[in-house]
Amino acid sequence: MDAKKKNNKAWFLVLPVVFVVAFTAIIPLMAVANYSLQDIQGADNRLFVGLDFFKRVATDPNVQDAFARNVTLSMQILLIQIPLGIFLARLMPKSGWKASAALVVVAIPLIIPWNVVGTTWRIFTRNDIGLGGVLVNKFTDYNLSESTFDAWATILVMDTWHWTPLVTLLVYAGLRSIPQAYYQAAAIDGASALAVFRFVELPKLKRVLMIALLLRFMDSFMMYTEPFVVTGGGPGSSTQTLSILLTTIAIGQFDIGVAGAFSLMYFLFIQIFSFLFFTVLTLDERPGATRVTPKEKVKSREKVEKPVNSKLKKVLK
Amino acid sequence: MAEIRLEGLAHSYDGGKTFALNPISMTFEDGKAYALLGPSGCGKTTLLNIISGLLKPSHGKVFIDGKDVTNVITDDRNIAQVFQFPVLYDTMTVRKNLEFPLKNRKLGKEAIAARVEEIAGLLGLEDDLDRKPAKLRSDLQQIVSLGRGLVREDVSAILFDEPLTVIDQNFKWTLRNRLKRLHLATGVTVVYVTHDQTEALTFADEVLVMNKGSLVQDGTAESLFLEPQHEFVGYFIGSPGMNFLDVEAKSSILTHNGMEIGKAAKEGLNGSYRFGVRPEFLIPSAKSGLEFKVDRIEDRGVFKLVHLSKDDFKFIAKTEESYEAQVGGKANFSFDSERAFVYDTNQKAVSTVSPSSEGGN
Repeated sequence: MDAKKKNNKAWFLVLPVVFVVAFTAIIPLMAVANYSLQDIQGADNRLFVGLDFFKRVATDPNVQDAFARNVTLSMQILLIQIPLGIFLARLMPKSGWKASAALVVVAIPLIIPWNVVGTTWRIFTRNDIGLGGVLVNKFTDYNLSESTFDAWATILVMDTWHWTPLVTLLVYAGLRSIPQAYYQAAAIDGASALAVFRFVELPKLKRVLMIALLLRFMDSFMMYTEPFVVTGGGPGSSTQTLSILLTTIAIGQFDIGVAGAFSLMYFLFIQIFSFLFFTVLTLDERPGATRVTPKEKVKSREKVEKPVNSKLKKVLK
Repeated sequence: MAEIRLEGLAHSYDGGKTFALNPISMTFEDGKAYALLGPSGCGKTTLLNIISGLLKPSHGKVFIDGKDVTNVITDDRNIAQVFQFPVLYDTMTVRKNLEFPLKNRKLGKEAIAARVEEIAGLLGLEDDLDRKPAKLRSDLQQIVSLGRGLVREDVSAILFDEPLTVIDQNFKWTLRNRLKRLHLATGVTVVYVTHDQTEALTFADEVLVMNKGSLVQDGTAESLFLEPQHEFVGYFIGSPGMNFLDVEAKSSILTHNGMEIGKAAKEGLNGSYRFGVRPEFLIPSAKSGLEFKVDRIEDRGVFKLVHLSKDDFKFIAKTEESYEAQVGGKANFSFDSERAFVYDTNQKAVSTVSPSSEGGN
């Protein structure tokens, strides 16, 4: 009955985190929620509008188009970058100075700030002085401020250059952690290279790939800086991502109520999608659920919250 | 089933600067169980990987049934290997795991099914065929990975690379017995690598003791115990290990700091040697032998370990349970003349030693 009183005091150790998160996430988020439910005309002039702003966002054709565009972009990015990342990771040297050198080279794009990437590519793709722009123009007409296809393709290539290394590094780490005995056993079993990949490497990479998929989905779905700098969302609205549209509404049109509702829906969509994705992929590990390390979960949450926060700040400015 | 012959086999990982494995020539006879025993890093895994073909030796040749297979890849050698931990394809069921090597060799569907049934029966895995290996106990997982090797027809040999390392303590013994029974049932040549002497001595017909890349002695458990031909065997096998003492030889009379220890059976030994005797063969005697001070007596239930010291050295004697002595007092010990050895500077045994006729003092 009273075998042992459980000492739950360790919970107090979480308090500092709760405090910090309250200031960095919960309070700003509630402020946005406040804007999204009321039409605020002035300091003393506000009108409760309920879910009107949410309905307006959901039915706005511009938002719907941007949403469809963003989904397409994310899917294309995942379809290109995940296989490419695996492919590159498998090509990288396994040990010695060559491995270190390869790691450094691969990691370079990752340490370049977003807007620097955008600016670099803006210049790189120029038709008059850009190395890439001039080169491509020798073979085919290329103009990203006129052709929808060119603009879209440029964004895809740029993001692939910028973020495939992340997938590569994750997969590389995953591959290195597979004990040599698995390869030796496969050799003894007479497995082909394809079978080794399919039955040894892929199952062992499952968790790493899941993290890579989640990170790449969230980042690409929230992409803002690079397309903003390179194409400005154009031509027309052909490369306008949800983030760019949100900023336009919030800062361009100063429609803060709509922007608030938009932010919340945007945030919830990513949150729910990532959660479902994670749950489905770890379904077979449920009975021994302890293997889902809390760290990874927290990481993915942070990933979702941080950029949204910065957007909220933009909204609140 | 096959005979494996090694000819001048050696391996260097760094192009000849250092050798992980010094030249070895020997034959693993068909159907026998061998254990490679030695501490970590002594080259036993290297030797095993060379036999299975995972590693190409830098020197020498490997023959399986008289055929030179030095340059034959693993896939074509028909060797089963079991690793330190169960190596399984986790996305496949046990059945799929067992089918895998046969599918890779493009066998017919029915032949595969029949063979898998047969092996599952032999290994006692019939009930687990449709489960995922991750759900099995670790010793059964190890059996499944062994099954993947055995499932092929005409397996030449099974190589075990410390197969009990990660097995739960309670199942180690069961698994070892199971492996032993399998060896008897299939009659396949087995090479078993381990650093655990009990495992090696109970499993194998013949034990090969390795140290620092060299084969130091091979033989039955009995001969390794009774006649250690190398200091390392004396030290590594047996618990506690052999007692050693630096001695000077003059016309085969062995002395330590001027005190006579014994006389080597071989004539004409002169110079520096080491004298070695196992604790089991230090025999309490009334008057003869050497007089020691008794430091401590460990009562182990069925025997006693008597810690002895004399001047600048210490010996341990393993005595009958009935042995009594005063701790701190004096006791005389002699040794069995067939079971005491003198080793040269290369640590090789050169002769047996018989105790001096009178007491050392």
